[in-house]
Amino acid sequence: MKALMFGWEFPPHILGGLGTASYGLTRGMAQQEDMHITFVIPKPWGDEDQSFLRIIGANSVPIVWKDNNYDYVKQRMEGKMSPEEYYHLRDGIRYDYRRIGTDDLGCVGFSGRYPDNLIEEIGNYEAVASVLAHSLDFDIIHSHDWLTYPAGVFAKHISGKPLVIHVHATDFDRSRGNVNPTVYAIEKRGMDEADHIMCVSNLTRQTVIEKYGQDPRKVSTVHNAVEPLEHPEEFTKPERKDKLVTFLGRITMQKGPEYFVEAAARVLDKTDGVRFVMAGSGDKMAEMIDLVAKRGIADKFHFPGFMRGKQVQEMLAMSDVYIMPSVSEPFGISPLEAMQVGCPSIISHQSGCAEILQHAIKTDYWDIDAMADAIYAIVKYPAMYKSLHELGQDEVNHIRWYDAGLKVRRIYDGVINHTL
Amino acid sequence: MKNICFCFQMHAPYRLKRYRFFDIGQDHYYYDDMQTEEHIQWLVNTSYMPLCATLRDMIKLSKGKFHCAIAISGVTLEMFEQFAPEMIDILKELASTKCVEFLATPYSYSIASEYNEQEFKQQLALQSDLIKNVFGLKTSTVWNTELLYTDEMAYNLQKMGYKTVLSEGAKHILSWKSPNYVYQSAGSSKVKVLLRNTALSDELSFHFSDPGWANFPIDAEKYADQLKNLPEGEDLINIWCGAETFGVLQNAGTGIFDFLKALPYFILEREMGFVTPAEAAKKMTASDVLSSPTPLTWAGEAKDLSVYYGNDLQQEALNKLYAVAERVHMCQGKHLKMAWLRLQDINYLHYMNHIDQGHTQYESAYDAFINYMNILSDFLQLVEEQYPTTIENEELNELLKTIRNQEEEIQSLKQKIAKKK
Repeated sequence: MKALMFGWEFPPHILGGLGTASYGLTRGMAQQEDMHITFVIPKPWGDEDQSFLRIIGANSVPIVWKDNNYDYVKQRMEGKMSPEEYYHLRDGIRYDYRRIGTDDLGCVGFSGRYPDNLIEEIGNYEAVASVLAHSLDFDIIHSHDWLTYPAGVFAKHISGKPLVIHVHATDFDRSRGNVNPTVYAIEKRGMDEADHIMCVSNLTRQTVIEKYGQDPRKVSTVHNAVEPLEHPEEFTKPERKDKLVTFLGRITMQKGPEYFVEAAARVLDKTDGVRFVMAGSGDKMAEMIDLVAKRGIADKFHFPGFMRGKQVQEMLAMSDVYIMPSVSEPFGISPLEAMQVGCPSIISHQSGCAEILQHAIKTDYWDIDAMADAIYAIVKYPAMYKSLHELGQDEVNHIRWYDAGLKVRRIYDGVINHTL
Repeated sequence: MKNICFCFQMHAPYRLKRYRFFDIGQDHYYYDDMQTEEHIQWLVNTSYMPLCATLRDMIKLSKGKFHCAIAISGVTLEMFEQFAPEMIDILKELASTKCVEFLATPYSYSIASEYNEQEFKQQLALQSDLIKNVFGLKTSTVWNTELLYTDEMAYNLQKMGYKTVLSEGAKHILSWKSPNYVYQSAGSSKVKVLLRNTALSDELSFHFSDPGWANFPIDAEKYADQLKNLPEGEDLINIWCGAETFGVLQNAGTGIFDFLKALPYFILEREMGFVTPAEAAKKMTASDVLSSPTPLTWAGEAKDLSVYYGNDLQQEALNKLYAVAERVHMCQGKHLKMAWLRLQDINYLHYMNHIDQGHTQYESAYDAFINYMNILSDFLQLVEEQYPTTIENEELNELLKTIRNQEEEIQSLKQKIAKKK
């Protein structure tokens, strides 16, 4: 089974959860012996782990035919691609893309981020897809998130191979309902053209069915999983006098930070010995600092700023509670990461991961009383902490990408054999 | 002659209200009366009432030959008095036939026998007094919560004057032996143990309307044949169910009430009889000794208490609760005493089970634990206010004795003075 995947991010250089999920899923799928994955991203950095799949950078695929000799190509493509591969891909050029500004090799540059001219980059990515669809050999096309849907659709039209799309989020999650019509149009077209749609949670699946008018039979749920820690023992919880309750993520409307502050105020009203941390940055940060001051809890409420890499896990490991009061979260992998290092989690019902977690506390994002109650219980009743700590860790260790990969494989088989 | 012994057990817990941590110290009323009332009335209407009416008919139709026993917790009787007084009337009617034995059972649906002997004793006495007051009957057989039995408990029961105790005919205790005999407790030579016939009882509770069951459909004639065909010498067959088997687990539409009503005719036709546990213990001699040093119950697959104290949450709740047992015994406050009894209901612990939460109204085991612990925290604070933990139990006892004896002391001193004059 050969899959051609279109993605936007791949570790180690990632901007959000999409990259983490892409990596985990492909790694889990690669454990199936006959699975060959070609993963296209706009701009590889060269330090991606390619041991289990092949990565093609869209910025090194020629889309305009340029006459270059072997030695020149070899010199220019050093470390990215062999001249043979370049020529092979160049043979796949069928359309005239001279309107797009390309370099001397006929390739187009990508930022690989989410720039202001994102729509233009998406279009260029689509052009790259046409070349790949003409030159590569594959059985199925798999597009990750809306940025890559147009590419997937074009590749499907050219090759006649089935297309599955993977919905990691919809614009409804990002905007609390105020969708951007351009984005919606791209999402809708991708879904309409897809042979099957995979969603990261039942919550997202429901959105896809209701808001995008998709046939429920065409939409499946494949929950995300979490990569096992290589050295879980290196994260320890130091003894400290105060209990630590942590919020970690972008401080934006979608993540519901204000509910965390209100819950903190309720807890602090009644209890001593608890401190609250809001790590991360975002457009709501100033507003949150204001709110904390207004509630008069600034001495117990801290903003350590943006954290990355290992800092995140260390922060989680030293916390007594991790809280994610997201207003709308398609999946939300961070509570799983918290549980991996033994930190009890409180999550909102409006998060997709709530569907697969038993040993986490679930409340509605707006129910600050319930949230405060749960925080109080975890810091005050030892059995509560112990159960969530032990059983939660155990539970998360059994949520594996390999199983998610098998589910995806069944969908591939079903789509190809028309049995789904 | 084979004797069939039917027992029905009734209990419903008080529903606890949503109690947040900021209510601790502010609000000392823990119950959701509306939900409690709604639930008990539903239970009475769909199950308890039709069951009692059927039992009354069975006694009448068999001309008093049908005998059975009923176990009701004190908490549930309280609820009947408050929310469903018609239940008291029909139970009184059953009591007046002399065909129904009322069993002694802990006042609250508790496992106090495992934690505090004195509490267990008090609860049995309290419930027995209530039965005596309401129905005019004396209890002599013990149905402990969930049919809980240990050898030590049997020994304690003998000290309290009870001679018969009921438990589960679990395979791991009996191995090749049959539950259809009277046993003598290893804990006390004076206490007889009767054991529930698990297979035949569960056949009614769980398989009566199960089309996949080998015996389906079960009718009274077939069931009576099954009893009759048991090996010779197995003369006591104990069919004991939770009362909600009739009407809830098997709803009226399955014909379970008609089945029950028809049963005495076919049993008597096959020359078998009915007994109550007390009659069985009196009539029959023990054929062997039964020993279970660890808790034996009818709960779950394991037939022990793991459903109720198998995980950390449950253990913490129970330990915190029973840690103050002795202090509560010294208390006089009515509210405290009432809360103490109600909070011991092990249904609340069932809700904290991660795998099987019973008839929970909580979202998860954690949710149940949070609510219960908040309430318990308030309760413990009230106990602490009355009797601070800074004073040792014994010291406190002495002080209390002094205070309570003050009256007598003053009286005797006054008399002395009078004499001197």
